[in-house]
Amino acid sequence: MGELTPDIWQPVLLTIELATITTILLLLIGTPVAWWLARSSAWWKEGVAAVVALPIVLPPTVLGFYLLLLLGPNGPGGALASLWGARTLAFTFGGLVIGSALYSLPFVVQPIRNAFEAMGARPLEVAATLRASPARAFWTVAVPLARPGFLTGAVLGFAHTVGEFGVVLMIGGNIPGKTKVLSVAIFDFVETSQWREANILAAGMVVFAFVVILAMTLFERRFASVTP
Amino acid sequence: MSGAGIDVAFRGNLGTFQLDAAFRAPARGVTGLFGPSGCGKTAVLRCIAGLTRLPTGACAVDGLTWQSDTTFLPTWRRPIGYVFQEASLFAHLSVRRNLLYGARSDVTRKNDADIGFDEVVDLLGIDGLLERSPRHLSGGERQRVAIGRALLSRPRLLLMDEPLSALDRATKDEILPFLERLHDRLSLPVIYVSHDMMEIEHLADHLVLMRAGRVVASGALSELQGDPNLPLATSRDAAVNLDAIVVEHDPAYGLLTLDVEGGRLRVPAAPHRAGTRRRLRIAAGDVSLLVEPQQSSSILNALPARVAARKPIGENEMIVVLTLGANDAGARILARITRRSWETLGLREGMDVWAQVKGVSLAHK
Repeated sequence: MGELTPDIWQPVLLTIELATITTILLLLIGTPVAWWLARSSAWWKEGVAAVVALPIVLPPTVLGFYLLLLLGPNGPGGALASLWGARTLAFTFGGLVIGSALYSLPFVVQPIRNAFEAMGARPLEVAATLRASPARAFWTVAVPLARPGFLTGAVLGFAHTVGEFGVVLMIGGNIPGKTKVLSVAIFDFVETSQWREANILAAGMVVFAFVVILAMTLFERRFASVTP
Repeated sequence: MSGAGIDVAFRGNLGTFQLDAAFRAPARGVTGLFGPSGCGKTAVLRCIAGLTRLPTGACAVDGLTWQSDTTFLPTWRRPIGYVFQEASLFAHLSVRRNLLYGARSDVTRKNDADIGFDEVVDLLGIDGLLERSPRHLSGGERQRVAIGRALLSRPRLLLMDEPLSALDRATKDEILPFLERLHDRLSLPVIYVSHDMMEIEHLADHLVLMRAGRVVASGALSELQGDPNLPLATSRDAAVNLDAIVVEHDPAYGLLTLDVEGGRLRVPAAPHRAGTRRRLRIAAGDVSLLVEPQQSSSILNALPARVAARKPIGENEMIVVLTLGANDAGARILARITRRSWETLGLREGMDVWAQVKGVSLAHK
């Protein structure tokens, strides 16, 4: 057995970091969006829903291209970056987080929205008749009842971020330790004929995907039981 | 629009449905909101709770304005309890935590003024269910927990939206006694929506009749039941419920003697303390009329009464309104007779007769 390239684990750690931060960010942003989409009666809400869902249909390179324009030195991202003296958000870890968040948003919003909708208005009405303020009703009734949706959303958001390639390549490039994530690393190893490294990472992803799906199913079953 | 009691007036469109309902309900006892399905009863209840907001609405309870042209108190700021048609328990909480969701933290402590946790659990017979999940309860158990949960939030007004209609006959009969016990125990005003006259007769003291989004009549239950111009009196199972006071019990024959306004009745029943209040039900079909007192009959109750009014039902039958006693001051009951009997007996309004009552049923309370 020959020596493994020492930096094989760097993309793995970076990917986990990226996916974790993105998932947390998505839960923070996606929950109010999903709540609004589930509860609002505004006629234009399906328009907003369609915009949120765009990344499902758009080729990642298209999304990446526009992100590049937005985050680059001449876009609003560049203006933002100039606040702390940087020139651009593209090709940075921060830019990657923004790109991943946009790219994975529908995968988080959709399950949470579905869970809020499936719950219906009744539990919240009941909470209101029991003197619960809207905030209390949200935290003690809506969130626990929508828990399977949150779990599915978090897992899908995480997994989808781990697996992204096109967007990363467009806005992140291939900077080791900064933007070189797992999928790009696999591509690199194949390009340079490091089949063993590619194999390890690819097989790892297969195991990861299997574990994710299995865990999700088991968790959902467990959560179906009541809190004492 | 002030003072004790519940004053409501709601007007507006709900989808294609037009609601224009106003009534006043007493500050004590159960007000039945009765009418056919789709007449707007639930809409009125939701408006009172603030769950539905009509721009033209007024709602005041015990002198406090919940809704007016300038005010709208959100549901969670209204001191109500609401029991929905489906129990709607929180699926993620145990029965105990469902019960305590709207309760203040001191609810488990002994307190004579308000109903406490132990008393509610005892009253509703849900002691054995506390640690269970709502998923594993029967329909009747769920609805009992929902009622308990509403009560433990210590409402000033309890709203019940057909709480029994989703249940089968046997389960209804299981819950009705609990509701009657609640009625006896609590001074809290209740608005009880139903399209089932049987439930209304068991529980309501006051009645609001609705039809097609409007209030047809509002008044004491027995008053509306005995009003020949309302559809209740001419319906197939017309009856009058009277409040009676127990006079004595005859153990030799197992007969209970009760006084109603303007008359005295004997009913086969278990012993009761003298002075207890009971609700009687006299069906119009169980009352026949005599022009002279009969000396011997198997029927126990023949009361002097006066013909107050009549209303034809179809071609050959009619409903006769009678006031018990001699001076027109007594309670009103109904008799359903044929036109032939009316004519052959020579009956007319204002005439003194004997009302023979074949059957009297005693409600639980």
